[in-house]
Amino acid sequence: MAGVKLLGFWASSFAYRVIWTLKLKGINYEYIEEDLRNKSQLLLRHNPVHKKVPVLLHGDKAVAESLVILEYIEETWPENPLLPTDAYERAMARFWINFGESKNATFFQFFKSAAEEEQEKAIKETVEILKIIEEQSLGDKKFFGGEAIGLVDIAFGWLAYWFEGIEEAVGTKLLNSTTFPRLHAWIQNFKQVPVIKENLPDRQKLWAHSKRFRESLIQ
Amino acid sequence: MGEENKVTLYGMWASPFVKRVEIALKIKGIPYEYVEEDLKNKSQLLLQYNPVHKKVPVLVHNGKPIAESLVILEYIEETWKNGPKILPEDPYERAKVRFWASFIQQQLLDSLVSAAKSSGEAHEKAMKEAFEKLTVFEEGMKGFFPSGTPHFEDENIGFLDIVLCSLFGPHKAQEEAHGLKIIDPERHPLVYSWVTALNEVPAVKESLPPHDKMVALIQFLRRNAPH
Repeated sequence: MAGVKLLGFWASSFAYRVIWTLKLKGINYEYIEEDLRNKSQLLLRHNPVHKKVPVLLHGDKAVAESLVILEYIEETWPENPLLPTDAYERAMARFWINFGESKNATFFQFFKSAAEEEQEKAIKETVEILKIIEEQSLGDKKFFGGEAIGLVDIAFGWLAYWFEGIEEAVGTKLLNSTTFPRLHAWIQNFKQVPVIKENLPDRQKLWAHSKRFRESLIQ
Repeated sequence: MGEENKVTLYGMWASPFVKRVEIALKIKGIPYEYVEEDLKNKSQLLLQYNPVHKKVPVLVHNGKPIAESLVILEYIEETWKNGPKILPEDPYERAKVRFWASFIQQQLLDSLVSAAKSSGEAHEKAMKEAFEKLTVFEEGMKGFFPSGTPHFEDENIGFLDIVLCSLFGPHKAQEEAHGLKIIDPERHPLVYSWVTALNEVPAVKESLPPHDKMVALIQFLRRNAPH
């Protein structure tokens, strides 16, 4: 069985998607922390196109892009499936994963907006997206995956932990038990799943990092 | 056609995203009904089937709608198991295809859309970025064709072929409308020969939007783009 390595960064929610997926499937792997200000030869060699983490190394194969990695893991280790078996349900899962990705730019705008008008617009758009996610993707389910977490939960996992740090850095709270009751409940449930609970970066460290990162963008 | 196994594709004649689904359906030999949407006056059915994005393509199979072209392609592959495969069997090969499809979709397309919507300096900057990304793509593709040049004798085109020809199949119309070379055989010989070979495959050729109509549409969109 070829060895599995994961090139990651402690604060990266994208890297955590892969960590959670590997752990949920019980796959042993070696974690390699990257210093993003001083990227390793290993990283540059295995992800020459984007030069980013996460990168999964499986034997002599290198897979980059977190969502591509997730599908690779799902197909290579089909035990404990994280996607539905029904083709239509899988299409719905991929649709929502894709939706989340397509809105990264909007969330990023919310994160880095400073001027009042710019911020107002970003807030409005972010709230709309959260509404769609809550009403049309999660609905009344416990998890996006139904009774148990799946790849959609993992893809949205950053909302359960990183988003709070972002809101703190921006100084605007959008997601709480009043504004988004179902999404809020999902967050609590998601963080209780053992693999998730045991695999999250240090909260204070992460929040401080988000704050610093935001300040560097606003300069 | 009875309701059982009925396939309907909601599309628009110039949309590359719709083309992807059309080509996949043709390659797989799946009979379908096509419904042309007027994007300035979207049908109730479309809005009902794709409430989140309100866009084409939407594939409706057995009354159930699926949106997002790449999601639809994966669905088609998983549902109609007879006939040619559009994704490789091996998970690593699939990962490579998905990686590059994602690159085209997120990186390359982004630059091209920016270029199409802008003029002057902004337009030049966006085109420069697009060409740089095309070069990255060209380099990345060198490993994909063992003989060096793409051949599609038995129409065995796949996911990445479909993504590429949906965007660049009508490149001659795009080039005429914009007045510059987008797929330059000197700058990007592999992509050029690849797109040219793909345009000869019947399923692709049949799906190409009419040249003059396409030129007129692109020019219209450019003139009316918000500045």
